[in-house]
Amino acid sequence: MYAAGPRVAEVTSLAKGEPLVRLTGVNKWFGELHVLQDIDLSIDRGEVVVVIGPSGSGKSTLCRAINRLEAIEQGEITIDGQRLPEEGKELARLRADVGMVFQSFNLFAHKTILENVTLGPVKVRRKPKAEAEQRARELLDRVGVGAQADKYPAQLSGGQQQRVAIARALAMDPKVMLFDEPTSALDPEMINEVLDVMTGLARDGMTMVVVTHEMGFARRAANRVVFMDAGRVVEAADPETFFTRPQSDRAKDFLSKILNH
Amino acid sequence: MQFFVDNLDLFWDAFLTTLSLSLLAGLLALVLGTLLAALRVSPITPLRALSTFYVETFRNTPLTVVFFFVIFGLPQIDFVIDFFPGSVLAVGLYTAAFVCEAVRSGINAVPAGQAEASRAIGLTFSQSLREVVLPQAFRTVVPPLGNVLIAMVKNTSIAAGFSVSELSSLLPRLVNANAGELMLVLLGVVVCYMVITLPAAFVLSRVERRVAILR
Ligand SMILES: Nc1ncnc2c1ncn2[C@@H]1O[C@H](COP(=O)(O)OP(=O)(O)OP(=O)(O)O)[C@@H](O)[C@H]1O
Ligand SMILES: [Mg+2]
Repeated sequence: MYAAGPRVAEVTSLAKGEPLVRLTGVNKWFGELHVLQDIDLSIDRGEVVVVIGPSGSGKSTLCRAINRLEAIEQGEITIDGQRLPEEGKELARLRADVGMVFQSFNLFAHKTILENVTLGPVKVRRKPKAEAEQRARELLDRVGVGAQADKYPAQLSGGQQQRVAIARALAMDPKVMLFDEPTSALDPEMINEVLDVMTGLARDGMTMVVVTHEMGFARRAANRVVFMDAGRVVEAADPETFFTRPQSDRAKDFLSKILNH
Repeated sequence: MQFFVDNLDLFWDAFLTTLSLSLLAGLLALVLGTLLAALRVSPITPLRALSTFYVETFRNTPLTVVFFFVIFGLPQIDFVIDFFPGSVLAVGLYTAAFVCEAVRSGINAVPAGQAEASRAIGLTFSQSLREVVLPQAFRTVVPPLGNVLIAMVKNTSIAAGFSVSELSSLLPRLVNANAGELMLVLLGVVVCYMVITLPAAFVLSRVERRVAILR
């Protein structure tokens, strides 16, 4: 499924040191609801962090705060040492470096698959069209949907659409990729084709934050599992430790529910 | 039949006047209305407020009052405008408010994920509107926009009251001169309006089918 291709993230070969993503004392409210509470989290280059937790615990909000699709009220988020700017051109530039893959794919419905992948490189990175198309075709081949380049999103299966969404994010050469439940909207037989692509990315050294309930993926690809409940990071550990010896009662309770269904 | 042959020049000139009034005002309304809709959904509060103020003002003012404002009000602030361009301006400004509302409803019909995905790849707000949201919004907006434009063509008849020799202005003139031909005069004028609106409706429905989108 996952063909070897050019390495995606040259950034990972840079010196480690300053974490790539750093959240410090992050708080966010939706009205009365305190969705993110005193979140401190650092993600190193090349690290794969899986975020799990019960519904409504704030996983999506955390993910969306990292590229400021949701603004936070307190605290600080930096990407590659740079604090997230206010809404505007500078924020747009920073978002270009942060890939995002949504649960519902969100491919541009009026554009072909190829155009979906070239839009960002052409409009944001100002790449020549021919160059952007060549790179887009490489990426589409890499995620196994090269033959679909001239179709429209609605003509593809969910699994294919999500792989295109990953290619669209990769086309921007992001420093970090955010995945918010990328397989939750998929039929079971399509989940693995997407997880395989993600596992390949992780192996290639992409820095990733993945909200998912796919424990197999977490064990296979994650460096760290972060467990959230009621807006807080309750526990963080390597997958082996987390799944075999969870510390908190809430994590134990959560794991017993999802592992025994 | 002799009646139409005798007055062909009059009908033709009036028809052209209504047609150019419609085309120019329609262009102004589409451009300004789309711009207003973009402001209406922008993240900048004063711009949103400005657009809301504009739309509510023009939507709730009778067109005749807008004509008075443009043709007799603007000269008071030293902006004198001729009757024909004044009529284009009045109809265009007025219709823009309705175009804005139609386009805005189209924008709201585009799933929020589309704008989020475009911002997530680094498009700015205006790029995201231009490249992703508006092209999809226009697809759902073609039918209501058609209604707005047809109403606009008929609204150009107000210009008759402001010395513009467009189609409706033929009614008093021709009826006075040909008292017995009232029905013919009416028929001629109505057919002329339909020659503008029916092809427009046809073109729009073709456009609608062309841009229909798969979801
Ligand atoms: N835009 C919003 N306005 C108000 N409340 C919101 C908004 N988005 C999310 N919430 C609420 O914030 C809380 C956290 O939501 P979030 O989507 O981050 O949870 P989650 O952990 O991703 O849950 P799930 O597993 O169901 O996706 C929930 O109670 C949700 O109802
Ligand atoms: Mg969620």
